[in-house]
Amino acid sequence: MPQPISVKNMSEHTFTLDGKTIPFTPGQTIIQAAMDAGHYLPYLCYHPDMKAHGSCKVCTVKIGERFIASCTTLAQDGLVVESDSAVLHEERLSLVQMLFVEGNHFCPSCEKSGNCQLQATAYDMKMMTPHYPQFFPNRPVDASHPDFLLDTNRCILCSLCVRASRDVDGKNVFGLSGRGIHTRLIVNSASGKLGDTDFSADDKAAKVCPVGAILPKRKGFAVPIGERTYDEKPISVFTAIERKEK
Amino acid sequence: MTAPRTDADHCVRAIVDRYGVDATYMLQILREVQEQRGWISPDIIDSLEAALKVPRTKIEAVAGFYSFLHTEPVGKYRVLFSDNITDRMLGNIALLDRMAANFGIKRGDVSPDGLVSIDTTSCTGMCDQGPAMLVNTRAITRLNAERIDQICELIRKEVPVDHWPSGFFQVTDNIRRADVLLKDGFKAGEAIAAALALGSDGMLEQIKASNLRGRGGAGFHTGLKWELCRNAAGTDHYVVCNADEGEPGTFKDRVLLTSYADQVFEGMTICASVINARRGFLYLRGEYRYLLEPLNVVLARRRMQGLLGKSIQGKEGFDFDIEIHLGAGAYVCGEESALIESLEGKRGTPRNRPPFPVTSGYLNQPTVVNNVETLLKTCMIARKGGEWYAKMGTPKSTGTKLLSISGDCDRPGIYEYPFGVTVAQVLADCGAHNVQAVQISGAAGVCIAPDEFGRKIAFEDIPTAGSFMVFDNNRDMFEVARNFTHFFAHESCGFCTPCRVGTSLLVNMMDKLDAGKGSPADFTEIKELNKHLFKLSHCGLGHSACNPVLETIAKFRPAYERRLVHKNFVPAFDLDGSLATARRLTQRDDAAAHLGEEHE
Repeated sequence: MPQPISVKNMSEHTFTLDGKTIPFTPGQTIIQAAMDAGHYLPYLCYHPDMKAHGSCKVCTVKIGERFIASCTTLAQDGLVVESDSAVLHEERLSLVQMLFVEGNHFCPSCEKSGNCQLQATAYDMKMMTPHYPQFFPNRPVDASHPDFLLDTNRCILCSLCVRASRDVDGKNVFGLSGRGIHTRLIVNSASGKLGDTDFSADDKAAKVCPVGAILPKRKGFAVPIGERTYDEKPISVFTAIERKEK
Repeated sequence: MTAPRTDADHCVRAIVDRYGVDATYMLQILREVQEQRGWISPDIIDSLEAALKVPRTKIEAVAGFYSFLHTEPVGKYRVLFSDNITDRMLGNIALLDRMAANFGIKRGDVSPDGLVSIDTTSCTGMCDQGPAMLVNTRAITRLNAERIDQICELIRKEVPVDHWPSGFFQVTDNIRRADVLLKDGFKAGEAIAAALALGSDGMLEQIKASNLRGRGGAGFHTGLKWELCRNAAGTDHYVVCNADEGEPGTFKDRVLLTSYADQVFEGMTICASVINARRGFLYLRGEYRYLLEPLNVVLARRRMQGLLGKSIQGKEGFDFDIEIHLGAGAYVCGEESALIESLEGKRGTPRNRPPFPVTSGYLNQPTVVNNVETLLKTCMIARKGGEWYAKMGTPKSTGTKLLSISGDCDRPGIYEYPFGVTVAQVLADCGAHNVQAVQISGAAGVCIAPDEFGRKIAFEDIPTAGSFMVFDNNRDMFEVARNFTHFFAHESCGFCTPCRVGTSLLVNMMDKLDAGKGSPADFTEIKELNKHLFKLSHCGLGHSACNPVLETIAKFRPAYERRLVHKNFVPAFDLDGSLATARRLTQRDDAAAHLGEEHE
């Protein structure tokens, strides 16, 4: 008689996040498992629909003595993961502050205000000032596309548009060029203008910008300030499902 | 009907065809196109887009990443002064200013007639014979005022660089202390013969018995690396020699590639025999462009000798060959996963790990990446055995280590020591006097003060890739640290937030102290920022970018305190400077249009 094959069911694979038991399926990253279990980890360059990149480092957690991006680290049985602690709040806050001073983020005049992940994450972290001296970089605004405005002042170099255009849309409309602090978003045309690319409103890349760098035209302030996504509740209390829909 | 081809098209097509229309050669193609055309102009990118059939975002992404690739016009003569701290100590900036004044331009500018551009670059690996520069990728050593004036004349007369006096390009080995490796009488082929006699398993056993550890600084066990790679599943296995020697102050690999190239290639071939590789790459830093032709001559000879190619030394099925890839000015490519990205023709951004290269490296196949010096040592181990090798050095750090010594000493150059030698011994041998500090293992390494000179060069005490820079009592250790912070900011790949933004913030803070605007608040800020860099960065570059500052703060605090001149915080923001545009627009420059100190 054949022996029954012993298969570990899902709940048998677990790690702990701040002392809470988190189930996972092998192959899941820490952030995926945590979100599926209804826990919040801040992130900016991650997107549930796309391959993780691990560049913004805002989702950093602590495992043992190591600080590690939870979006690129596979969950393993028995891991003890620390997230909700003073040291991690401080580290993550410093990253968000760095992103604010690196670009030109004028929230009060930005169309994305209230829907912006960078702004919402900063509010949620109780960021009071950008702390670091501003770089005030000179970055271009590109209004050449009939339906979209590309304002790289607000770009945080998360590369979500790059990955979406390449991996989902199959277009390679966006890329990152330059190096170090001079890293910059480029588009796929000889003129360097978005209007000369095949970028369109149906592209996944048109929907993934966490900040206000890629904005649809003629939709300005259709939803008034005060009634926007993160006006309703802080980013940390959105459920994983709700965040996936944003 | 196809459009008539332009000059750019012809140039691009010929090069792209020679590389088999393979976009993994993107960096090599861009480099060669630039060597012919001067810079990567938009029409070159048009041609590349058509010839390689890759989107221009990918081409521009790569072209924009490497310091030595230019997407803006540069001078017909591109002059880059090496700007390591050792070049600074030898007066490179005065020489740069002299040259710039001669042409009436500023650092970073192209002369209006397009003849010359002058700028600085990271350490070019000529620290024992600096100050040094690169002119159109050619290395020039031992600069002085007279040589600078001669160079200015040659440029004015538009003499091709190939026709400049050969003495300018003389690069000497300066081997000051030779031990088993540098003294070794070696005949091409004998290490491979020994390895083949041992067989793949036997050779691996010898490497493991030798306890050889990687000479790039990290000290991973070479035998274990080879074994992991050999056992990893893949359609192909690859050997990569990391000759992207970019750590400021190191130049040992330059000497090994100049005078010991056979052993380098032989070591790669032995590795191939163990891990079953058919292709190998030597990734040569762009600063050593002048070594490309001589190294290719060695490769061609070895093919003739049956030491590369099909059935090496007559062994059926042992097919292996090596090609050389040149870097183009990116220190981060010394990190093995960034190096592999670069080999694949991409931006040199370190990968997320795991997986490690031994299981998923070049083209996601199992790949061994070894330092130049490590590979040479495998030749000795093949011939003389692991046990013989393990007797030298210390139990945890077997064998010998090459040190590249520069800075304040009478005899800069290459020194080979058994592991375990003390810093004090090295300093005595190289003729260093009144030593204030030694920076070991480069900008990313450690700064040692005199009370630590009894410490040993060994993985268990002071691990090093070999850079050893000496600073005497007249040197300002704050300036040393500031030079290194500029280096890291320049070399940050820009992938992760903490390193991309943090290294530039650090530069601005160090420059603020240098400008006499420092207060104790800035000092605290610098320390905090370094903690963030260390904890959050994606790779070793960001982790170690904080080292020079934290080390000098801990050991040479007065050098900082001298700069904390203000009791209260002084903003870095230059209020008056920010009004410059308004003054220009209103064509005013009177006293009332300025915010003086008295308004603060």
